[in-house]
Amino acid sequence: MQVNEYKPLIVAFCCNWCSYAGADLAGNNRLAYPADVKIIRVPCSCRVNPMFILRAFQRGADGVIICGCHPGDCHYTSGNYYTRRRMAALFSMLDFLGIERERTRVEWVSAAEGAKFAATMNDFVEKVTALGENKRLEDLRCKK
Amino acid sequence: MRKCSLDKLNLIFAEIAKDAALYLPADQTDGSAAYKKWEEGTALSDALNTVRSPKDFFFPQTEDLMKFKTQGKNIDIIDIRTALEDFVIFGVRACDVKSFDILDRVFLTEPVDSFYASRRSHGIIVSMACTRPSETCFCKTFSIDPANPAGDVSAWKSETEIFFEANTQKGEDFLNKISSLTEECDDTLVATQKEAINKIMDKLPLKNLDTSAFGGGKTNELFDSPAWAELSQSCLGCGTCTFVCPTCQCYDIKDFNTGNEVIRFRCWDSCMYSDFTKMAHGNNRLTQKERFRQRFMHKLVYYPENNDGLFSCVGCGRCLAKCPISMNIVKVMKKIGGNKSE
Amino acid sequence: MQKITREQLIEKASALLSNSTVSCVLGWGMGEFDYDVTPTTFNSVEELEKGFVFSDFCGANFSKYLVKKAAACEGKILVFLKPCDTYSFNQLLTEHRFDREKVYVVGIPCEGMADINKVKAICGEGILSIGSKGDKMTVTTLYDDEPVSIDAKEVLAERCLNCKSKKHVAFDELLGDEGDVIESNRFDEVARLEAMTPDERFAFWQNELSRCIRCNACRDACPACTCEKCVFDNPNSGVENKSPANSFEEKLFHIIRAYHVAGRCTDCGECSRVCPQNIPLHLLNRKFIKDINEFYGEYQAGAEEGQRAPLVDYTTEDLEPGEVFDRRDSDA
Repeated sequence: MQVNEYKPLIVAFCCNWCSYAGADLAGNNRLAYPADVKIIRVPCSCRVNPMFILRAFQRGADGVIICGCHPGDCHYTSGNYYTRRRMAALFSMLDFLGIERERTRVEWVSAAEGAKFAATMNDFVEKVTALGENKRLEDLRCKK
Repeated sequence: MRKCSLDKLNLIFAEIAKDAALYLPADQTDGSAAYKKWEEGTALSDALNTVRSPKDFFFPQTEDLMKFKTQGKNIDIIDIRTALEDFVIFGVRACDVKSFDILDRVFLTEPVDSFYASRRSHGIIVSMACTRPSETCFCKTFSIDPANPAGDVSAWKSETEIFFEANTQKGEDFLNKISSLTEECDDTLVATQKEAINKIMDKLPLKNLDTSAFGGGKTNELFDSPAWAELSQSCLGCGTCTFVCPTCQCYDIKDFNTGNEVIRFRCWDSCMYSDFTKMAHGNNRLTQKERFRQRFMHKLVYYPENNDGLFSCVGCGRCLAKCPISMNIVKVMKKIGGNKSE
Repeated sequence: MQKITREQLIEKASALLSNSTVSCVLGWGMGEFDYDVTPTTFNSVEELEKGFVFSDFCGANFSKYLVKKAAACEGKILVFLKPCDTYSFNQLLTEHRFDREKVYVVGIPCEGMADINKVKAICGEGILSIGSKGDKMTVTTLYDDEPVSIDAKEVLAERCLNCKSKKHVAFDELLGDEGDVIESNRFDEVARLEAMTPDERFAFWQNELSRCIRCNACRDACPACTCEKCVFDNPNSGVENKSPANSFEEKLFHIIRAYHVAGRCTDCGECSRVCPQNIPLHLLNRKFIKDINEFYGEYQAGAEEGQRAPLVDYTTEDLEPGEVFDRRDSDA
């Protein structure tokens, strides 16, 4: 039996119109993905503001993933295109500050892709687990 | 008076650091100086002064006051104050030493600020005379003598030696601790240095600042001066002047919810900010002119009114050097004070 | 070192005041010393004669002041803009931050401004006067019997060493040439950091940002930061901590500050100029500019009025966020 096995806390911002339903589908199909993935529903992936991501890290997240509709399929026509540019710039900046690039990710998961949702989360959790705890963007006050 | 050769300064630091945390101005990577905790290898900076003032030691920029934990309808209040240990601040300039007096009058009068009081009682101040004042220095205006800095121990540094003199019991004890490394001496060399400093002080461009227009009781006279609008017209509303100032003492108290508990902390606040002393109805100083006026009226009128005429400025010149638009207390004093004498 | 003199500027301003083209002038006001000039509004020829200065220390970017001052001035306001200021000017116009009709822009040539910290690093404290002639500066100090002569190039501000353009992109009138966009090495330092390991980069920024005192000067001086109410001033935002309680908050503030101006930052360098702790904040902004150039094509904010900023635009073929790193790794 392993004691105190490290389990990363993952925050997943999921678009209401696609990946949030994708997560549901994953659940309905009994596809396993770690329970430490906390899903936050957003109306569109472009609702996610850089502050959300930083504050997720502040509050103890070890990885943050944003899931939106496939490019071209946005419920609001173009939201995910903005997400794509914004997050490319933000992730590159986080990397510039020396924060591990594997801690942040954007994935396009449709409502029909329950299997992709589960696979994506499993892969992301695995990568973040390999990195260990988030030390570089942590707020010590928020540690239990 | 005791002295020792500068080669032995590091041994003195090591000796002091044995029983107390020792802080001294050290050079930073950007070329400026800041107080750093001494450890083997830390060298005393030659800079005239640090960018941040040493008020941090007694009144840190952020400080946790207490914590709350809620469970149902219960609130537990957790006292997080811990017993402090003695610490030494080495190399404080005369202006900054004076700033502690000004802060004391705010924090140590009833109701006494126990956080400040506790830090103050554990701190030992070793001051250092200024041999090369800057053009931005105007401490003489406030009767501060950079050749004779106060503090528990005063120090003078020459090219080769350092001299110490104790001013308080704490200072005596401090010098006793390092007595094996220092030797008794007379004050001829120090007297020469003092004379040299005084000569430079007489050459400083800001030596003749006139404070007669300011002081307690001048509120009505100065408050509506048309000069405030002109002086403040380019103020960006940043907090640089207040945060580098050794005598600015305004703070805000805030709660931070960590998710597990609530930390109540205080942090420096700046009267230059739009949300300074914000109340339910909003802010009582609506434009930058009023915020700007508040800062200088506080230093030059309100504070002296409540503190026996003592101005709450020590002439360290930090705001002169650091203001992004080069607006500062000297320009205010000249403009507002000057108008009156014209 | 500047090609244009105080007298020429006063003459121009006086002429425009006298023929009622403008009713006030935004210029540099004389300070206590030769280097501490303050942006000031002048309302008459007498005021100009008395307090107007122009020297190597007139670095402040006036564009942002127009947001408030153009509205406050009764008629038109005359503003002297250096080439780099005109980019901010266009950017602010693009964002409808002031009325173009209220402003009369006179473009002035700039030979690069000096950094007083660099002068002090050479000459020490106690500067009594700084004179300028040709490529030389003459500094008299309290501690040197003879004036010290220094090379003006040696004390150029960092942003002027990497000047991106001497071209005036917005003006009503020019004193001197229109100028050209010039080749600069402004991204070299960013590239140097990119080439480091993440650990080294983290250590670098940890050291730089640890000096932050959260005075907000970088934000308040920035011509791209013109929000009426900044998120960091809003007590309900949850991030309005007036001082950095820990290193997380330092990073949060600086990442968000740079991010909020990404794609709109003209790289004028005011943030680094005003920082009392000499944090190289412009590197954060330049990183965004460099990335945007590489990901979405060359873009210079403020080069033309009415441009669409890259982060509020898109194409269907854009790079995926995950590919950002693959791309750089393959370059390396």
